[in-house]
Amino acid sequence: MKNLTMKTTAFLVALVMMAATFTGCKSGPKDDAIKAAVETALLANPHIAGAAVVVEKGVATLSGQVPDDATKADIDKTVAAIPGVKSVVNNIAVVADTPSVAVAATDMLTNAVKDATKDFPTVTATVNDGVITLKGEIQKTNLQKLMMALNALKPKKIDNSQLVIK
Amino acid sequence: MALQEKYKELIDTATAQGVNNLNVREQEGVLYIDGDASGSIKQQLWDTYERLDPNYSSGDLVMNINSIAGVTEGSKLKVTTNSSNLNIRSGPSTDADIVGKAARHEVVTLVSKANDQWWEIKTDDGEAGYSYTQYLTPL
Repeated sequence: MKNLTMKTTAFLVALVMMAATFTGCKSGPKDDAIKAAVETALLANPHIAGAAVVVEKGVATLSGQVPDDATKADIDKTVAAIPGVKSVVNNIAVVADTPSVAVAATDMLTNAVKDATKDFPTVTATVNDGVITLKGEIQKTNLQKLMMALNALKPKKIDNSQLVIK
Repeated sequence: MALQEKYKELIDTATAQGVNNLNVREQEGVLYIDGDASGSIKQQLWDTYERLDPNYSSGDLVMNINSIAGVTEGSKLKVTTNSSNLNIRSGPSTDADIVGKAARHEVVTLVSKANDQWWEIKTDDGEAGYSYTQYLTPL
């Protein structure tokens, strides 16, 4: 019941915020930039699974799964503190039975992989269900650097068996 | 357990070198090794990994040794790009606009850590924004 009230309140706050933004002037970071910042914050949290965020007029709506209420509250606080976030609608579900290995959500992982492989234009990387698949070619001297960067992104697995190493 | 045998030397080295928060577990055919250590221990572990699986092509290990966990705000960082300048961006993503550049081997200051991939930095010229941690080395 309490939860429902909180959700309703959050929804009303969101509505008021949206109304205010429609009439007000545009200022602060754009929704896309806020979304990227929120995704980064979510990615940094090892306890959240299947995380996703939608940002509209500064209102961040979160979804995903966490193992306990404390983590959910913690995420709420972290996201609310991100510049440009006017309010947070926290739809994250608390599911006790989360797998022990936290794997980054696909779209977040895709963005992080894009950043990590940017300096290796001959390498193409795809992300599917937490698995990073590498194709193309790379110099042997750059391989360790690339693998270090990708291993830090909390993938489920990295498959480079189709990558040609020169 | 088979993977813990395969990568026994790696796990033993990590234990012997006192990697902090060392966490080793196996799930669905992949071994996960996480922990915090200095840059030199991280390099040693990666060289060990490379010896056991020369091209990292088995796809059965995800090793995340964080060598930047102990770096505090205000620390000096050296720009260690391969050859180019380091982009400074308005947000923690390559989608964010480039708001400045730091030269290779320039020394910058850590302002805050957005996450392990992106740090907010500022240059001595006053340029500030987010840069990719892969190209920043603590002094």
